[in-house]
Amino acid sequence: MGTDWWRGAWLIAQREVRDQVRDWRIVLPVVGFTLFFPLLMNFTAQQLVHFVARFGAHIVAERMFPFLMMVVGFFPSSISLVVALESFVGERERRTIEPLLAAPLTDAQLYVGKLIAVLFLPLTVSYLGVLLYVGGLHFTVGWHPAALLLGMVLLLTTVQAVVMVCAAVVISTQATSVRSANLLASLIIVPVALLLQWESLMMFWRRYNVLWVTVAGLAVLAVFTSRLGLAHFNRENLLGRDIDVLNVRWLWQQFWGAFRGEATSVGAWYREVWQQDILTLGWPLLLSVMLLLVAGGIGAMWVARLPLPPVPHTSLEELRASWQGGDVLGVPLVGWQGTFAVWWHNVRAMLLAALGAAFSFGVVGVVVPMLPYAVIGGALAWFARGGWIPPLVGFVAMVLPHGIVEIPATALFMAATLRLGAALAAPHRTETLGVIWLRVWGRWWRVFLGFVVPLMGLAAVLETHLTPRVVAWLLF
Amino acid sequence: MILAERLAKRFDDLWAVTDFSLEVRPGEVVAVLGPNGAGKTTTVRMLVSILQPTRGRAVVAGYDTSSHGLEVRRRVGVLTEQHGLYLRMPAYDYLDFFGRVYGLDDATRAERIRHWMTYFGLWEARARRIGTYSKGMQQKLALARALLHEPPVLLLDEPTSAMDPESARLVREAIQGLRSEERAILLCTHNLQEAEMLADRIAIMTAGRVAAVGTPRALKDAWLGAPIFAVHLTRSVEGDLPPMPPSVEVVAAQGREVRVRSPRWEEDNPRVAAALMAAGYGIVRFEEEPRRLEEVYLRVMAHEVADGN
Repeated sequence: MGTDWWRGAWLIAQREVRDQVRDWRIVLPVVGFTLFFPLLMNFTAQQLVHFVARFGAHIVAERMFPFLMMVVGFFPSSISLVVALESFVGERERRTIEPLLAAPLTDAQLYVGKLIAVLFLPLTVSYLGVLLYVGGLHFTVGWHPAALLLGMVLLLTTVQAVVMVCAAVVISTQATSVRSANLLASLIIVPVALLLQWESLMMFWRRYNVLWVTVAGLAVLAVFTSRLGLAHFNRENLLGRDIDVLNVRWLWQQFWGAFRGEATSVGAWYREVWQQDILTLGWPLLLSVMLLLVAGGIGAMWVARLPLPPVPHTSLEELRASWQGGDVLGVPLVGWQGTFAVWWHNVRAMLLAALGAAFSFGVVGVVVPMLPYAVIGGALAWFARGGWIPPLVGFVAMVLPHGIVEIPATALFMAATLRLGAALAAPHRTETLGVIWLRVWGRWWRVFLGFVVPLMGLAAVLETHLTPRVVAWLLF
Repeated sequence: MILAERLAKRFDDLWAVTDFSLEVRPGEVVAVLGPNGAGKTTTVRMLVSILQPTRGRAVVAGYDTSSHGLEVRRRVGVLTEQHGLYLRMPAYDYLDFFGRVYGLDDATRAERIRHWMTYFGLWEARARRIGTYSKGMQQKLALARALLHEPPVLLLDEPTSAMDPESARLVREAIQGLRSEERAILLCTHNLQEAEMLADRIAIMTAGRVAAVGTPRALKDAWLGAPIFAVHLTRSVEGDLPPMPPSVEVVAAQGREVRVRSPRWEEDNPRVAAALMAAGYGIVRFEEEPRRLEEVYLRVMAHEVADGN
């Protein structure tokens, strides 16, 4: 990306910003947010100080100041969402996009130029608003934030705006009309609203270290989302699609085509899934296995740091007696009823993790399966620490009999989910994000239904029929 | 300059262009005629590398449109079907923006903007926002945008639609003026008269394919037959006409007029004149009967329908 490259992107950004400044519908709220809103928050803060002073609750006011600072920063940046949502689809609807697409600009220049443009004005207003608010408070109540706190709020505002804008631009490049883009905006608004509540709580609790982690997480998400937008930006699609109608049949065809592949029989399907999906999972599979080991290790390390009670020295008879009940929290763990319960529990957890993975570039789908392995690592370390069972014996007795199937199945699930996340962020110049979405899900379900679910079934059988026997044989 | 080989484009289940093959050489103006939905706009979009062909290939200004889109777009001036003007922007700023996008330096940009705005009579209105322009003015501004970087290839989609006759003539003159040894112009239009007036060759497109292509005369010869010439005589025809060359068909002989047709009319017409004069008929004038392009167009369409395309 040389100077010429940035010059092209900057030209787009410059024109867009000028266009925004010419639009009173944008200018009016911008001025309002810059001047009125910080002053209103100042007034609110002053009233609050006077109010809580009557009850001696100065701490409430102190905690409120940074929170209001964050709100002052966030509100103007929300304009960027509106502008970003219509950035591409709006041009398409106004039919101004074609000359731009016919100009000697790369997809990345167009995309980055638009991104800069939609961020520039709202972020400038955010920063000005925060500074006005802070300056006002300094003179009225004599409060000013620590430089680090101010920096964090500005950073938080920035990464939040970038995430919102990147996601909105993705929607804008994929939507067929401004209306559909606005409807899809709830995919951004709902998570951001939840995020704001989380940030507010952290502000009140003064957990600034958590907020720094949030900043870092959002920064990673911003990189992923902008990558996603760039990967799926396709000038062809901006002109090619006109119809907003939901074509369920077509959607199903896309999914089913990817799920079924070329196979004409169940045997051929299994061969195809094995060759095209399982054997190609090499690196993600290796990474997944390593992550499971890391999770176990973290669990073990955690146990060493946590003040856990000592392992109860229960007699063999007592253990046998408690084991005969055979259930944990009402879930039977032995017998065929237990088999189904264990299988359904695992599959359900995986499905929920996959749902989370769909909105997190696969991250949730990897992290969730790691949690029980951290617990296993922790438990084995705890038993060892209490001098009850050596870790290896514990592993061989309690994990390995069914883990020999369950661990590969879990790793397979994680690898397929990782690939699902990666596929969404990988460039696809000829297909829309929707098509890619359906196809990667089609291929994910192939692995899940064809291999993971049956393997988890087998693991559940082993866990409820073999593992208890091995445990009894080795440990009691 | 433009070479399209079996270009095709599919959107989901719909083939917008099925088979577009055409060459436009430097110095040539080729008009593409066709009904709405024939695939003209999709073809233009493929040639300017906005759309990737599903099949086939195109080379524009020496670059493959699929692999060198940026280089193609640098060398092509496009007047799109939708003008795509930023209505809140002053006209001058608009051209200045595109001049920058095409990498023109400040002096060249200023000079060319002035030249084209003056040429199209927009210079006085340069500071006005484009939204206040009439449709014709907007069209001229869009054309000025396409010409600003003096591209070797021009793709003009309906350049005179929405224009009053005077403005349309101005644009046609501009297109004529843009003819040069180094420039290829592809003109998509519904205006048959305009196509005939401006184009060296005409391609008729229907259902996504080029159904007929050639010079206006060649197309007329192919679809309407050889031209008919009316020979106006000094006196009425009496009795049998004198023997004519074998390739000449006498279509009618009535009163003081004889109508003849010959595929080799350049050679045969002097022989016809000589035969008539030898028979004592004086010749007032030789007149080719007009063969309208519209008739060719309709016949091509009818033929395609009959062929099931």
